[in-house]
Amino acid sequence: MNRLQQLFQQQQRDLLSIYYTAGYPNLNDTLDIAEELEKAGADFLEVGFPYSDPVADGPIIQASSKQALDNGMTLPILFEQLKDLRQRVNIPILLMGYVNVVLQYGVEAFCQKCQEVGVDGCIIPDLPMYEYEELYQSTFEKYGLSNIFLVTPQTSEERIRKIDRLSNAFIYLVSSSATTGSNLAVSESATAYFKRIADMNLKSPVVIGFGISNKETYQAASQYASGAIIGSAFVKNIDANNLKGSIKEFMGQFK
Amino acid sequence: MNYFVDEKGYYGDFGGAYIPEMLYPNVEELRQQYQAIIDDEQFQQEFKALLKDYVGRPSPLYLAKRLSDKYGANIFLKREDLNHTGAHKINNTIGQILLAEKLGKKRIIAETGAGQHGVATATVCALRGLECVVYMGEVDIKRQAPNVARMKMLGAKVVAATSGSKTLKDATNEAMRDWIANPVDTHYIIGSVVGPHPYPDMVAQFQSIISFETKKQLQEQTGKSLPDYVLACVGGGSNAMGMFYHFIADESVKLIAVEAAGKGVDSGFSAATTTLGKEGVLHGSRSILMQTPDGQVVEPHSVSAGLDYPGIGPQHAHLFKTGRGLYASITDDEALQAGLLLTQYEGIIPAIESAHALAYLEKMQFKAGDNVVVCLSGRGDKDMETYMKYFNL
Repeated sequence: MNRLQQLFQQQQRDLLSIYYTAGYPNLNDTLDIAEELEKAGADFLEVGFPYSDPVADGPIIQASSKQALDNGMTLPILFEQLKDLRQRVNIPILLMGYVNVVLQYGVEAFCQKCQEVGVDGCIIPDLPMYEYEELYQSTFEKYGLSNIFLVTPQTSEERIRKIDRLSNAFIYLVSSSATTGSNLAVSESATAYFKRIADMNLKSPVVIGFGISNKETYQAASQYASGAIIGSAFVKNIDANNLKGSIKEFMGQFK
Repeated sequence: MNYFVDEKGYYGDFGGAYIPEMLYPNVEELRQQYQAIIDDEQFQQEFKALLKDYVGRPSPLYLAKRLSDKYGANIFLKREDLNHTGAHKINNTIGQILLAEKLGKKRIIAETGAGQHGVATATVCALRGLECVVYMGEVDIKRQAPNVARMKMLGAKVVAATSGSKTLKDATNEAMRDWIANPVDTHYIIGSVVGPHPYPDMVAQFQSIISFETKKQLQEQTGKSLPDYVLACVGGGSNAMGMFYHFIADESVKLIAVEAAGKGVDSGFSAATTTLGKEGVLHGSRSILMQTPDGQVVEPHSVSAGLDYPGIGPQHAHLFKTGRGLYASITDDEALQAGLLLTQYEGIIPAIESAHALAYLEKMQFKAGDNVVVCLSGRGDKDMETYMKYFNL
C-alpha cells in the first residue's frame, strides 16, 4: 500500500490537496514548496511536470508551465530534485503532467523512478483509459503507483463505474466543464452533480478539483467529497520574492 | 497490410484518442456516429450536391504539357486550386458542417494557421447560418490580415491564441480548450487529418473525393485508372491523404509525400517531421512529431504557413513507417523556384504549399510514358506578398 492509499484509509474527510508546477517560480523551488505545504497543513500534493501544450489547463497553469520550461525544467531534472523527497516530506505525492513527456522518458523507466524517489501516484489527463488498461496498468502496479482518473459532469454512469473499478486511490472529480483555473460557481447544477456522484456509493473516495480557489469553494466541495484540490489559485499566489511567506499566507485561509 | 484505421482507432502503431476526460463525451459521440452519418444516402446526396454546385467539383485533371516535356513524363495536375475559396480545404469543411448539423450542433469552432482552413470554415458556416469561432495564433493574425478580414466578413469571430508560440499549434490548443468548456452544443471542425480518432479518418474520407475523381479522370484521359506516381505536400497531410486515399490499396502506385524542409533539414528552421521527428503524442493522437528529448513540442518553420506544423497525421506516420509512402522534403528556396516555374510554364500560380510537391519533380527519374499526378492543393493568390519579396517583383 502506498502513502496515498494509506491516507485515504485513515481519513476521508476535509482533505486539502495542492497542485503546483515543478520548476516554477524558480527551477529549484520544487522541494522547498513541498516542505512548506506540508508544514502549512496540506494533506497530499500534486507536482506538475511541465508540457509545452497543456490542453486541459487554463491560462495560469499554462503560464507557470511555460516559465518552468524556460527555467530549464525537464523530467530527468525533476527526478534528480526529488532524490531527497522522502528525507524532507512525508505526505503523499502525485506527479501530474501530459502523456508525451512520459512516453519520451519511457513508461517503465518513469514508473521505476517514481517508486525510487517515493512518488505515490500519477495524474496524466490525456492518457486514455483504454491505453492505460492495455499497456500501462501492469507497469503502474508493478511499481506501486496509483493512476488517478478524471470524471466530468458529462461522464456517463457506466464509464464512472468502470473508472471506479480501475482506481485504487481516489477519483478526481472535475467540478465543471472547464479547463483549470476557472472559478467554480457553487450553483444548483454543480451541487446536483456532486450529489449524483456521492449517491453512486463508489468504492473509491472522490476528491473535487478545478475551480476550487478559496475557503468557500473548498468547504462547498468538501461537503460532497473527501476533499478538494487547489491548483491555479495557489500557483497564482506564489510570490517568488517571498516563497515561504506567500505559501503560509495562502494556506492560512483554510485553517 | 492494412493501411486504414482499425476498430480501435489505430493505424498500426499510430492514432488513438489521447484526450483528457473533458473531451471524451464529444469525441465519443462523434466516434459512434460519424460513419453511419457519412454512409447515409441523404447525407451523401447533400454532400455531393454542394461539392458540385457550390465548390465547383469535379476539379479538372489537367495534363501539363510543357511541364511534361521538361520532365519526360506525363505530368497531370489535380486542380484543387480551382475550388471555391481556392484550396482543397473546403471539401472537408462542407462534409463536417453537414455532419455537425446531423449531430444537432449549433456552434462551430476551428483552428487556423495561415487562415485557409479558417476561411473555409467561416464560408460553410455562412452558407448554413451557424455561429463560427476561429482560433488563430496572435502572430499569424498579424501575418495574415487579408484572411482575418475574409473570416470577419463571413461573420466569424476570430479569437487570438496568445499562449505558447502563438501560432497554429497553439490555436489548436485553444480550440480544444473551447470544446472542453462547450461540450454540448459545439462541433470542432479540425482542418487536417490530425487529432483524436475519428478525426483523421473522417477528414480523410471527406478529402478522398480528390483521388476518387482522379481515378475516373485518368481512365478517361489515359485509358488506365492507375498512375505510376502521385505526389502531394504534407503539413498535417489532408490534401495528401485525399490524393492518396483511393490509390493506397494498389501497391503499384508510388505515393510521394513532400514535407517542408524550411531553410534546410539541419538548419533548425524546418518542418520536415518524418526526418526530424520522433514518435509521440500531439493534439490527441499518437504519431510522429518534432520534439525535444524531453517531449516538448518544437516550433517548426516553413515559408508556407500551411506546412508549418510540428506533426503529421497518424495515417501518414503509418504509411511512412511501413514504407508504403515515400516521405521527402523540399526547402523554401526550392519551393519558391518551383512556384515560379509552374507560373511561367503553365500560367498557373500555385500556393507555396503545393509548390513543394511540384519541386520534388526535379529530383525524380522518370521513364517515358510514366503517368504522374501532382495535387495542386491551392492557388497562390494568398502568397503574392512572399513571391513578391523573394523574386523582387
